[in-house]
Amino acid sequence: MKGSSPVVELTLPVLPDMELAATKTAEVVAKHMDLSDEKSAEISMALIEACINAFEHSGTNKKIEIHFRIKEDVLEIQVTDRGKGFDESKVNIPKIEEKIVSDRKRGWGLQLIKELMDSVEFESSTEGTTVTMTKKK
Amino acid sequence: MSDFSIDVKEEGDVVIISTDGYLNNVGGEKIAEACYEKIETGKKHFLLNLEKSTVVNSIGVSILIEIIEKLQDHDGKLGYFNLAPIVEKTFSIMGLTKYSTIFTSEGEAIAEMS
Repeated sequence: MKGSSPVVELTLPVLPDMELAATKTAEVVAKHMDLSDEKSAEISMALIEACINAFEHSGTNKKIEIHFRIKEDVLEIQVTDRGKGFDESKVNIPKIEEKIVSDRKRGWGLQLIKELMDSVEFESSTEGTTVTMTKKK
Repeated sequence: MSDFSIDVKEEGDVVIISTDGYLNNVGGEKIAEACYEKIETGKKHFLLNLEKSTVVNSIGVSILIEIIEKLQDHDGKLGYFNLAPIVEKTFSIMGLTKYSTIFTSEGEAIAEMS
């Protein structure tokens, strides 16, 4: 059924704050789907984090692609970079008790995406990474 | 691309920093710089008014964790008020509420922090 779902496509250059362009599109899509303000805000926050991760993974490939797939009861968003990939299993779950005393305070993106969306899946290889995340209506 | 600005004022012993714009790494650094300057002058209680920062990212919020760590060294406190629901949720997921306080209003915040 994937082929029959309307898709909004967006290509972003890796430039400062360009993730905000993605959130503007997400807001329009969420409104089209009649999602609540709360869900729309959660989608935007998760999307910001997914874009930032993709920007950081992109290496010399200076753009990322985003697909918003509008299904009957769910919004599916895919964020794809053409970087060198990453191993999700090697990403530690951040804990504030450790971060507060650590030199590295960052590393919260995946945790936020998982908490804010209904499902999150990663496909990663040496040719790039695709994060697929969904939000139910 | 995004503009971020802060306004700093003092209410007694409490420093109130009002932000305007996307709280990303640039915004976080501006807040931290303002806090550290005030810490140098002996201030240790800080409040962030985030009414005009309804969009944040985890890098900007991570810098707030740096500020909390710094304030712990000075027996200080960090609090917030006027948070958008998604910002409050983000702070909660990241655990900031274990080491800093979200207040419902400026009045409550100043009363509790003073």
